[in-house]
Amino acid sequence: METTMSQFQTVPLQYYIIFCSALFSIGVVGVLSKRNALVIFMSVELMLNSANLLLTAFSAYRNDPAGQIFVFFIMVVAAAEVAIGLGLLVVVFRSTKTIDIQVLNKLKW
Amino acid sequence: MFSTYLFIFLSAVAIFSAINVLLSKNPIHSVLYMTLTFFTLAGHYILLNAQFLAVVHVIVYAGAIMVLFLFTVMLLNLNKEGQFSKTNLMKFIAGIAGGLLFLLLIGSLKSFDVAVVSNPELTQIGLVKNLGTILYRDYLLPFELSSILFLSAMVGAVMLGKKDKI
Repeated sequence: METTMSQFQTVPLQYYIIFCSALFSIGVVGVLSKRNALVIFMSVELMLNSANLLLTAFSAYRNDPAGQIFVFFIMVVAAAEVAIGLGLLVVVFRSTKTIDIQVLNKLKW
Repeated sequence: MFSTYLFIFLSAVAIFSAINVLLSKNPIHSVLYMTLTFFTLAGHYILLNAQFLAVVHVIVYAGAIMVLFLFTVMLLNLNKEGQFSKTNLMKFIAGIAGGLLFLLLIGSLKSFDVAVVSNPELTQIGLVKNLGTILYRDYLLPFELSSILFLSAMVGAVMLGKKDKI
């Protein structure tokens, strides 16, 4: 493995894994620690993007285009999810005047 | 060597702005830092020679999704600071949990041999021509189904956004 790495003189794949893990962990911290539903949505987007970047990196390093196609479809699903999610947020805000998730706990019990 | 420096620079900016998404009190600043993160990720895609994904990423994320987020922030009148304060204990616990997850992911890397078969700067698979050929030849059905997904998402968003009941 080291020989193939040194032949390329390029960014090692491990760097991408570490970077994407850090980005994913930041997204997890955001989902766990924020109360604003909008920022929680953005943290979910952050996690999706770290998975996307890792798929692209593996696809480029293994010369397999299927990974990049999957990233394209993940982007499709993320765009649809954001449209619906923000629509739901606007509806929730219209009825309760807040998007604080500590207030929106009617379904909790 | 140059690509490694570029990678480190882009990663540092991306992680800095991703942390600032969580730290900033004003949601508008969060959205703007998120846009910066998306632009650095587009730089990463270009570094991997995935040009099609870089362009699509900029158009979809920085162009469409973040504009949608900004509109929602302004629509809901959230651009006031200090609306959502959480106890420091919860933030601390969340930070510990995220840090442990990061350590777990990094630790599992040690027992994992990454096989590399090509140089990403020389592969041509990320170009529009190759990806388009594969998308329309091997993945034609999922591509068409995604248009149905978009249609249903659009209808659902309009239904949710309507004020009067149907």
